[in-house]
This record gives sequence, C-alpha cells and structure tokens, in this order.
Amino acid sequence: MTFAMVIMIPLIQLLLFGYAINTNLRHVPVALVDLSRSELSRTLSQLVQATQVVAVTEELSTPQEAERAITEARVRAALIIPPDVAYRVARSPSVGLGLPDATDQTSSRPVAHWIVDGSDTMVASAIKSLRTMPLTELLKLPQNRQVPTFEVTLYFNPEQRSAVNIVPGLVGVILTMTMILFTSAAIVRERERGNMEMLINTPIKSIELMVGKIIPYIFLGLIQVAIILGLGHVLFDVPINGGLGTLLVVTLLFIIASLSLGLVISTLAQNQLQSMQMTIFVLLPSILMSGFMFPFDGMPKPVQVIAQVLPATHFMDMIRGVVLRDASLFELRWDILWMTGFAVFGLVVATFRFKKRLG
Amino acid sequence: MNDVVVSTQGLTRRFGENTAVNDLDLEIRTGQIYGFLGPNGCGKTTTMRMLTGLLTPSSGSISVLGQSMPKAAEPLKNEIGYMTQIFSYYRDLTVLENLRFAAEIYGISSKAASTRIDELLHTYELNENVHQLSGSMSGGQRQKLALAATVIHRPKLLFLDEPTSAVDPETRRTFWEQLFDLVDQGATMIVSTHFMDEAERCHRLAILQHGVKKADGSPRQLMDDLQADVVEVEGPELRKVKHELDGEPKILSTAQVGSRLRVLVDKSEPQPVEMLRAQLGAFPELSLTQQRPNLEDVFVSATRGPAS
Repeated sequence: MTFAMVIMIPLIQLLLFGYAINTNLRHVPVALVDLSRSELSRTLSQLVQATQVVAVTEELSTPQEAERAITEARVRAALIIPPDVAYRVARSPSVGLGLPDATDQTSSRPVAHWIVDGSDTMVASAIKSLRTMPLTELLKLPQNRQVPTFEVTLYFNPEQRSAVNIVPGLVGVILTMTMILFTSAAIVRERERGNMEMLINTPIKSIELMVGKIIPYIFLGLIQVAIILGLGHVLFDVPINGGLGTLLVVTLLFIIASLSLGLVISTLAQNQLQSMQMTIFVLLPSILMSGFMFPFDGMPKPVQVIAQVLPATHFMDMIRGVVLRDASLFELRWDILWMTGFAVFGLVVATFRFKKRLG
Repeated sequence: MNDVVVSTQGLTRRFGENTAVNDLDLEIRTGQIYGFLGPNGCGKTTTMRMLTGLLTPSSGSISVLGQSMPKAAEPLKNEIGYMTQIFSYYRDLTVLENLRFAAEIYGISSKAASTRIDELLHTYELNENVHQLSGSMSGGQRQKLALAATVIHRPKLLFLDEPTSAVDPETRRTFWEQLFDLVDQGATMIVSTHFMDEAERCHRLAILQHGVKKADGSPRQLMDDLQADVVEVEGPELRKVKHELDGEPKILSTAQVGSRLRVLVDKSEPQPVEMLRAQLGAFPELSLTQQRPNLEDVFVSATRGPAS
C-alpha cells in the first residue's frame, strides 16, 4: 500500500493540478444590475460577456442586492448599468464620437459601474482589464483607448495588497496541515506503540476514543489561529472586519472538520508513514485548489466540484468572508452547513471504521 | 460444573494458509492459574486474543464466565483484565497518571479511584515512583505498573501474556507472589510463558505446539505421566556421546546440562540404564543414573513429534 501510494499520489496530483491550475481567469461569476432595461443595456451586457472574462450568474434589481451578493461570495463583482446608459453612451468619448472637453462633467462620465470584491488581487485585475473595454462593436467606429468605459470600485482591499487576502488564507493552510497531521497519526501511533491492544481490552467506546483524540487539539488549533491573525494584523496590517464570535464559530468548525478528517485517515493508514502520505495528499489540493493561491473561479467546473469536497475550500470562503467582508453567520450558512456535515460525517466514519478487534 | 470459567471446543484460527490454533479444547476452572507453555509462534497469544474477544475464531466455540465469545466481548471487558506482552501503557505519562487513566477508562468514580490507586501503589511497591515517567522505569517496575493498571477494576479473570519474559528472576519471584495473592482474592488467571520455572508455578498447564495442545494437566501430573525415563550420563567426551545417541530408536532426546547429559528414553524400554550402557560400550568411564523427570523433559517429549 505504501508503494502504491508512492506511485498514485504524484500521478493523481499531476493530472489534477495540471488541469486545474490556470492563472488566466475566465468566467468570473458576476451579477448584473440593469437599471436601464433597454435594448442598449442588454447589448452592453452581452458585449461584456463576449469577452469571456466574466459570466453573469444572476440578475439583481438594486445595487444593494449586488453588494449583498458580493459579501455572501455568490459573485465576485457586479456590473451596474445606470438608467441613463443610452445618454452616457452617446456622450462617451470611448465610443469615439469626437473628443469632448476633458473637463466636461457630463461627457466624461463612464458608461456603467463595476463594484468588485477586491480581496483577491487576481480577480480584481481581471475585472479591471475590462475598464477600458472598447465599445466599437456598438457603433462600428474606431476606439478611443484613453478614456475608461467603466468605472471600477474595489471593495474590501482598495489598495490591492496581497497580504490582505493571503493572511486569512494562511489560517486555512496552516490549520489543514497541523490539524490533519495531529490526528492522522493519533490512532496509528497508538497501534504501533502497543497502546491500542490495551485500549481495546477496556470498556472504552469508539466514539469516546475519537472525541478524546479531538478535544485537546481544538485548543491548539485556536492558539494557532490567534497567532496567525494577531501577527497578520500587527505586521501586515490585515484588518479584522468581522465579529470575533463569528470568527470563533467559523474556525472551530474548520478545526473540528480537519481533525475528524485526520481521524478517518488514521483508521485507514496502517503505519505512520502512510498517514503522513495521506495527509500530504489532502494538504496539496487544500493549498492549490481551495482558492488560497489561485482563484477558485478560474478553475474548470469539474475541478471546482472536487475542490468543494475539501474543508479548506469552504474555510477560505468563510474566513475571508468574516475577516475581510464582515460576512455574518447567516450569509455563510451554506459553508457552515457543509462544514458541520463534514465534521459529523468524518467522526461517524472514523468511529465505525475503528474496530475493537484485531482481525 | 459452574466453576468452569473458560471452556472452548474445537477452537481453531487460521491466518490465510497458516493455522495458528488448531482444534483446541480447554477447560479452566475458577481460582486457578492456568499456563500456556510453548515455544514462540505456538499460538499462545492468538488463543488469548480469541478468549478476550479481540480475534474471532475461524471455527469452534468459546465460553468465558458463562457467556459466549466473541459476542459478549464488550460487556465482559469489565470482568476481564489483559496484560499484553509488551508494555502497553503510556511511556510519556507518570505512574500516577497511567493509573488514573486506567481508572477513568473503567469508569471508576474519582473518590473510589484514589483509594484504589493508593492501595495498588502500596501492594505493588510503586510508592516511590508515583511521579516517575513510566518510560524511564526499569522493566520490572514497568511490569508491576502494568499489573497494577490491569487489575485496577478487580477483574475476575486475568490474562497475562508472557508477563515476566523481560524481568530478572528476583522480580519474577515477587511478581508471582503477587499473582498468588490475587488468586487468593478469587481471581482466575491465564498465563502464557516459555519459561519452565514460570510454568512450574501454574496450577495447570497446557503445552502447545504449532497451535495444537500436546499435553494438559498439573505440572506434577504431567511429570508423572511422562512416557519416558530420564537417564543422566556423566563423564568425559559428552559431545561424542550425544552424537552417538542422537537418532537412535527409543532415544527421544539428549541435552547437555553442564557436565552431564540428560537422555530421555522411551518408556517402552524396560531397562533404560542397561540399554544405554550397552549402547555406549565404546565409552567405558561413563556413569549412568536414572533421574526424576522435570518439566523441561515433559516439554521436550511433548513437542518433539512432527507438527500434526
């Protein structure tokens, strides 16, 4: 089994990551708020989608709803087309109808407005690339590149500092690494040292053993979170916008989910080397596919489905939501539900897989 | 017949091609120390694991304390103590911490536990090591700790897998005294060993080889029933004498003990000493005397046949 894992792990990971990782963002999910509801606004949104940089996944009626959608991480950005879009297009220098005075307030107004979740700098720059999108197809006239077509507002990370996005993500990566490693070795180690033969001869129940293995590490996990976010705040000036209570709930859930995943590994592995191999097998995708290093939205759909299985993917969403976007527990309900389910499922699987028998 | 604590019928366990325990019938009565004597790999540990419900037999039936195993394994955990071959408590915990852990696992209330632990520390002379890490103790002390932790819930039936294979004879003596104290308090014990002196202390013995029971009875009875006579040969050139006798019919085994050669002669030979003297005509200065058989002779004669 150890040898099979030596062969299979690089093979699976090469195929998975080679296919998954794509630094050219395509089809970023965005919301459309069309306040004009005219033929022109529809053409405009089709033009934007034709770039393939974004894909409209929902249509909302007010900018407030769009902001909520961004906070809930349903979309990364929203395009707001104002009611007077036709007037703006007619006067816009970007369509090339002559060159109005640059100081002319009305004519220098952009055609429409993007609001963007700026926490991930890669996503933000993808949307920013649309800023000077030419509208030549609209009027079949040569473009004027100097004047922006869209106004772009970056939320949550206006200075576009990477640390703002990376530090909360690091909480997820470091917790994944340490938490899974701690418990994945737990049962295997007791088996190797001979403690297990004593334990299975006592009236202890499987679930008691599993919960007992998890509890001490929960506290270690919380200490790690405090260190990372505390130092991140002091050294890298990463804001903590959300409530501490929300933060606690979210990280506790992730810690428990990771620990129970480690326990499942522990009941699968026959020795400590195998448990280590399996931990790394989980750790690598948790770094590369969870949205920590590369935007989740840039990955192909099937990979996204696989990545959704990992607790780290949901945690990236949640911790960034809380720390950067001040998302509430209600706004994160689907991630929370999934994470709870994962933790309970892992614990149940580990409990049932653990046998108080030797053969 | 309700004083039978453990009984098995046709107990068999196979691991793939290999049969570790083959058609074993046992009957162990209360208040006994019952020994499994046999070489390494003879099925002692496998038998113990089946009796404690850790392994499921391939065939055969087991009854422990009146209940059928391995079905009743969980409820019986509170009645059984099992001391494993290697020290299985936590080496990075102190004596006291290990005992507290054991008490908690057996669900002993903290008040009862502290009196029980005090009692055990006293009985097993661990008072001075209370705060010592068990990993840093000597093998003998560790073994005492393991026994103390194993009996913390006052089990009726105690399994000890090669309990003293790693300790000195002095410790072994006191260890056995403590076992007899426990029997006096009403416990029944099953002990596996490959030491003759340890086996000799058991009330009853089963000699196992290749998973088959070769002999069963009290040590005295086994020695009396030995189907061989023991002749000790004393004199020079004992190695040559040994080679002369090895493989001869009616010679079951020869073994040198210091300056003497211990020869087992089949019981069917009415005059063992005379027969040997005739066979060893080439060595005139040997003295031959008949001896009482000891347990090792029993063991050798029981396990000499081919694996069946």
